[in-house]
Amino acid sequence: MNDLDVTGRIFDIQRYSIHDGLGIRTIVFLKGCVLRCKWCCNPESQSREIETMKVLGEEKTIGRDVTVAEVMETVEKDRQYYWRSGGGITLSGGESLCQPDFARALLAESKKRGINTALESMGCADFKVIESILPFLDTYLMDIKHTNPAKHEAFTGRRNDLMLENARKIAESGLTKLIIRVPVIPTFNETADEIADIARFADKLPGVTDIHLLPYHRFGEGKYEGLGRPYLMGDIKEPTGEHMEMLKRKVESVSKLVCRIGG
Amino acid sequence: MAEHSTYKYNSAREPKTERIDKLVKDLFAKMPEIESARARLITESFKETEGEPTVMRRAKAFAHILKNIPIIIRDGELIVGSSTLAPRGCQTYPEFSFEWLEAEFDTVATREADPFFISEKTKKELKEADAYWKGKTTSELAASYMAPETKKAIDHFMFTPGNYFYNGVGHLTCKYWEVLEIGFEGIKEKAQAELETCNFGDANYAEKNTLLRAMIISCDAVMNYAARYRELALGMAKKCTDPVRAAELNRIADNLSRVPAKGATSFYEACQSFWFVQQLLQLESSGHSISPGRFDQYMFPYFKRDIDAGVITRNFAQELIDCIWVKLNDLNKCRDAESAKGFAGYSLFQNLIVGGQNEEGLDVTNDLSFMCLDASMHVFLPMPSLSIRVWNGSPYELLLRAAEVTRTGIGLPAYYNDEVIIPSLMSMGLPLEEARDYGIIGCVEPQKAGKTMGWHDAAFYNMCRPLELVFSDGEDAGEQIGPRTGDVLKMDTFEEFYEAYKTQQNYFISLLVNADNSIDMAHAERAPLPFLASLLDDCMKRGKTPEQGGCVYNFTGPQGFGIANMADSLYAIKTLVYDEKKVTMAELKKALMFNYGKGAAAPVVREFAGRITAEFIKQGVVPEPSKVMTLTKKVIEESVTEEDKKRFDEILKLIAKVPKFGNDDDTVDLFARDVAYTYTRPLLKYKNPRGGRFQAGLYPVSANVPLGATTGATPDGRLAGMPVADGVSPSAGKDVNGPTACANSVSKLDHGIASNGTLFNQKFHPSALAGEEGLHKFVDLIRTFFDRKGMHMQFNVVSRETLLDAQKHPENYRHLVVRVAGYSALFTTLSKSLQDDIIRRTEQAFNR
Repeated sequence: MNDLDVTGRIFDIQRYSIHDGLGIRTIVFLKGCVLRCKWCCNPESQSREIETMKVLGEEKTIGRDVTVAEVMETVEKDRQYYWRSGGGITLSGGESLCQPDFARALLAESKKRGINTALESMGCADFKVIESILPFLDTYLMDIKHTNPAKHEAFTGRRNDLMLENARKIAESGLTKLIIRVPVIPTFNETADEIADIARFADKLPGVTDIHLLPYHRFGEGKYEGLGRPYLMGDIKEPTGEHMEMLKRKVESVSKLVCRIGG
Repeated sequence: MAEHSTYKYNSAREPKTERIDKLVKDLFAKMPEIESARARLITESFKETEGEPTVMRRAKAFAHILKNIPIIIRDGELIVGSSTLAPRGCQTYPEFSFEWLEAEFDTVATREADPFFISEKTKKELKEADAYWKGKTTSELAASYMAPETKKAIDHFMFTPGNYFYNGVGHLTCKYWEVLEIGFEGIKEKAQAELETCNFGDANYAEKNTLLRAMIISCDAVMNYAARYRELALGMAKKCTDPVRAAELNRIADNLSRVPAKGATSFYEACQSFWFVQQLLQLESSGHSISPGRFDQYMFPYFKRDIDAGVITRNFAQELIDCIWVKLNDLNKCRDAESAKGFAGYSLFQNLIVGGQNEEGLDVTNDLSFMCLDASMHVFLPMPSLSIRVWNGSPYELLLRAAEVTRTGIGLPAYYNDEVIIPSLMSMGLPLEEARDYGIIGCVEPQKAGKTMGWHDAAFYNMCRPLELVFSDGEDAGEQIGPRTGDVLKMDTFEEFYEAYKTQQNYFISLLVNADNSIDMAHAERAPLPFLASLLDDCMKRGKTPEQGGCVYNFTGPQGFGIANMADSLYAIKTLVYDEKKVTMAELKKALMFNYGKGAAAPVVREFAGRITAEFIKQGVVPEPSKVMTLTKKVIEESVTEEDKKRFDEILKLIAKVPKFGNDDDTVDLFARDVAYTYTRPLLKYKNPRGGRFQAGLYPVSANVPLGATTGATPDGRLAGMPVADGVSPSAGKDVNGPTACANSVSKLDHGIASNGTLFNQKFHPSALAGEEGLHKFVDLIRTFFDRKGMHMQFNVVSRETLLDAQKHPENYRHLVVRVAGYSALFTTLSKSLQDDIIRRTEQAFNR
């Protein structure tokens, strides 16, 4: 099948995204995820099914099936901004790897057109799937949430062995720029020791030079209400600026990585 | 100029001095005040010169004012020259108009937009002076020139030419560089030399000879004024017990012993010389938007000479620039209450631009370009209206520094695109070299400095009103004011409907031209300005003042606004009424007439009250206002049933679903492009009495709010009385696909044809510009909009929460500066409705 005709399910396309990778980017949000992270700020991304969510009092359909050609039409609209800023397309989710053909086709088509590509993903898939997209990927923004498999499972629904293994393989492939991202979640991984463990792991990955710490935020809370689902984080507060700075210093003291707060 | 091409600028930052904070604090210590000295003095002089040529009377009056007006050097000032004793005070200009001010004597101090204190003594003195001007003002003469149809259109809010109707013209950049170089003695010599070329037999001997003599009187007047300041400085120095301040005062006196009479020999002298020109042009006439233009260019030789010779530090140079920035905020102007709403924020629109190319097309960014940007960060006040020229060869560092200023939230600088403006000016007849040397006047109007009388900002034209007249067959509030374009219910195709809109539009454009040209004539006859004439080419040679056609380039630029509303409206009509037939024209007509059932807003009441009054008059009855109002309310209430209201709501929902301008949707965006042409193209064929052409602008200043208040409901779902979209920006809240989509939509308009300027406002949440990367991405956004041939872009970077809090607690936000439209102003000085409009603009923020 021609890449342009490959179909996938997305729930949003966000233009002028400036906090996710190089330059001015267009993010395509793919629907469906393997994990169920308690803090997830995009709960509408988790289920592969099309669902309805109340937004500002009105029912909104979440999820639509589109071809690569249709997505590219929107992506192309900001081509000049990518050119000026070094930006491009970013796939996010959900977990894009749940729709491997669609993700691969989007990335391949973008590369073919000279558009910079990035992927936000946990790497939670068979490495064969990942291997098939790496030739078309400039930057892999990979989430590593914890180094402890049991704790990982308790908060996300899955152990992390596969993801850590994949991180190593992606790094060793040398095919893409791998950047490690850590959501800093109070009650889950916000201690200096836990973050330091992740930093040490990331530091050992060949070619990895950057780590981003993404502070937990509550912007997703309203969406849970809109979906009729409970918000599992209770009234947990966002980490303070000082705490984030402390973690950054910790990361830099235990690794050679360049650490930044935020994407 | 050639030396600039190899000059590598120094962008180092200089710290702000304590003096600047004190000057700013003193400036805003009190409410601005109206003073009477100028009105008194011009009247005295005019009484003595009855019967002489007008231009000579103006020169003598100017001299009389400068000889006698009280002068003051404020505490800590390094650059001197104040038009009023009170900080931020204003003089009045009864020769243009005065009745509005007398009518507002008791309310001007408490009105919502731009209040001024006025003492009882001043009121009395102004009344005495004003009495002389009855029947002699430019506004009275202009009114007498206008066609009755034109006056009727103005009365019915089709457009408003208020600016020059009631005030002086301004809107120019004079030859500052010539004063810096040869001083007023030199300019006087030029006039003398020109006098000697006048032959007794010349047809224009009388006119030219008189003007040149008037110029010489004006130049002498300025030099005498400077001498008065010198005496004052010396006197103050003698009495001053603080040796540091005494030395400063002596230095000021020393400067004044040379400038502005002679050419400046130092950067400090150049600054003082510049200031007198800037101040006194505004004291000669009440014109605003007298714009310093390319300050970084003409001041640079003096700066460089002093720096190279080691006679000035960069820090002192920065302090002098900062002092000028403060002085630019010391000048003020009182407008009538209605105009104050349209130009809200005490703004004088003194536009100063940095960066860009020289006549040869080389980038001429220099140290001062950076220092000017830094000055706005130091002083943090609305003036000058700081602008920056951007082109493909602009140094990235300069753009980053500009973005830093933007990030402070001050709404400065405004960004201009050489790549669009240069060809646009060439299309109006400027040669390439001159087009490359443009500056910006007032809000957004490009102009070649030193030789243009641009009459920019000539009127506000509301593009929504002609559409209302299509629905009423040219009637408004019971009167036939537009052409009969037929029964709207019988228009079978959209093309027919659109043609009717264009017919209405063309008719009112012709009346707009009639209004402007009438006012133009009145200025030429009653307010020719000899001092200004001495500073603009080619007035000396032609023997005419700028008002009489003495300049090389002459334009008239009235500005249209409401494109987004009209694009969305016409597109909604095409889609819902003609293509999809989901709404009938009759339903839409009724929905609009009754404001979609959402209450009797002022425009609805005005319409029906007008109709009822007309009906009474037809029956030969003189209507009582109270009876008319009772009937009006009754008609509005009883005409709309509950069922109607339900249907209106359905219609609003249908309209909401039709694509809107501002979302990068080609169909509606290209529609907007065509709608803009219905205004920009017809204007180009008209001529003005100064031998020049009309050119369109697409920007509103802040008039989209007050003129929206007199506009009925529109088919884009906008309710009656609500603000109209500002400039070429989408309707507030209708652009939902983010800043790139919005910028793409706006760039699909033809900016080049709007050679009087276009205005695109974007509002960003501060997080969008956070960090070094935020600045880069912001600059990249601007550059891409400019790659796509956008002309101008300006920004508000302040969060919605901050603005809401500032409304609640104005006392905490006295220095919150925001971008209005084409200029910045102190947020708390704006009217509530304008504040609301700024808050309503779509904020480009991020979900994550």
